[in-house]
Amino acid sequence: MLQVVDLACRRGDRRLFSHLSFALEPGTLLHVRGRNGSGKTTLLRALCGLFMPEAGAIHWQGEDSRASERYRADLLYCGHLNGIKGDLTGLENLRIAATLDGNPVEDERLWSALAQMGLAGCEDLPTRALSQGQKRRGALARLLVSRAPLWLLDEPFSALDTDAVDLLRRLIAERITDGGLVVLTSHQEIALASGRVRHLYLGDYARESAGETVGEPDR
Amino acid sequence: MRRVFFCILGRDLRLALRRRTEVLTPLLFFLIVVSLFPLGVGTEKQVLRALGPGVVWVAALLASLLALERLFAADHEDGTLEQLVLTPQPLSVLVLAKVTAHWLLTGLPLVMVAPLIALQYHLPEASRTAMLLSLLVGTPILGLIGAIGAALTLGLRGGGVLLSLLILPLYIPVLVYGAGAVTVSAIESADALPYFSLLGAFLLLALLFSPLAAAAALRISLE
Repeated sequence: MLQVVDLACRRGDRRLFSHLSFALEPGTLLHVRGRNGSGKTTLLRALCGLFMPEAGAIHWQGEDSRASERYRADLLYCGHLNGIKGDLTGLENLRIAATLDGNPVEDERLWSALAQMGLAGCEDLPTRALSQGQKRRGALARLLVSRAPLWLLDEPFSALDTDAVDLLRRLIAERITDGGLVVLTSHQEIALASGRVRHLYLGDYARESAGETVGEPDR
Repeated sequence: MRRVFFCILGRDLRLALRRRTEVLTPLLFFLIVVSLFPLGVGTEKQVLRALGPGVVWVAALLASLLALERLFAADHEDGTLEQLVLTPQPLSVLVLAKVTAHWLLTGLPLVMVAPLIALQYHLPEASRTAMLLSLLVGTPILGLIGAIGAALTLGLRGGGVLLSLLILPLYIPVLVYGAGAVTVSAIESADALPYFSLLGAFLLLALLFSPLAAAAALRISLE
């Protein structure tokens, strides 16, 4: 269970959100929405520990997520940057990512994961030779080999074509059905066959400064 | 943990092999600087002998500073550094692996050409060995200390200048004892061993503390 208590984030002088609290049970998809600049990326970065929030705490399975090795093992974060090396091939990138996640996978599974992502035939090319969408697919191939129960995906659908979008939706739905937890930001709707979808709207604090609370965990 | 260390080490070495020019820059810089000095100050044996140890060490120090800026920058730009920080592995081990790869690529080549450079400066045989050994112990210290600075200045505009200002004062003891070891080894009655003991002590201290400090600095810089 992911529990966020009284989270507040500030970028420079601008307060993005404050008093944000929610708890997510296994099998839940949290869809974070809001206009550009409302703090969606900052929230995700705060959740994974890359950004230090101004106040508040994040608990994972009852323990403080900060400096928790278990939390980092249970977490998979896909940010705006793909996090793959342009001079390495898709296969090498995926192998390194799996090893560092403490979950070394045999090459066959890596090949099949890349093939499933639609990168068959490009596995041995340096990823800088690939198109933007193919790079994104290469980065998202991590979702197929990872066992992490918590996915934090920042705009995962950007640069993807419709086939890849469908595939990613299916992957997310499968992970939710398996009892995983997914937090994502996107401007697209995601329908799930099973599991819960919750929405979190981040407002523009400057506009809605009448009330302190800008997060509405449930619609 | 060893598996993770070698994973990063292998990754960085492989990346360097696919981008050879970046790796060769510090070595070329080093060779150019040490070769220009005899042309500038004249080829008199006594002068070169006196200048040699200092010149070679200063050149090695600047060459290692030149390479430092790229230590974390490339990983920072493509987002792989974020992913490294988020892995369940201890970040200091990852940093140590990166510094090791960095030294193998930019420090070790300097050490290997050092005996040839020593010939250029008419250094006696004892000093040539001392040069090789002092650089062998000294250049890893430069990389380790430099990693802290590189991590702190990551993503800053004008980070290169700030990096030199931060790091050069910390390099001074290494320079003094490194060049000192070579100078002293040329004197027959003197003993260069204390210099090497001190350099060795610096290396151990740096090995112990710098990965921890650099890891903490990286977390701050990524925010």
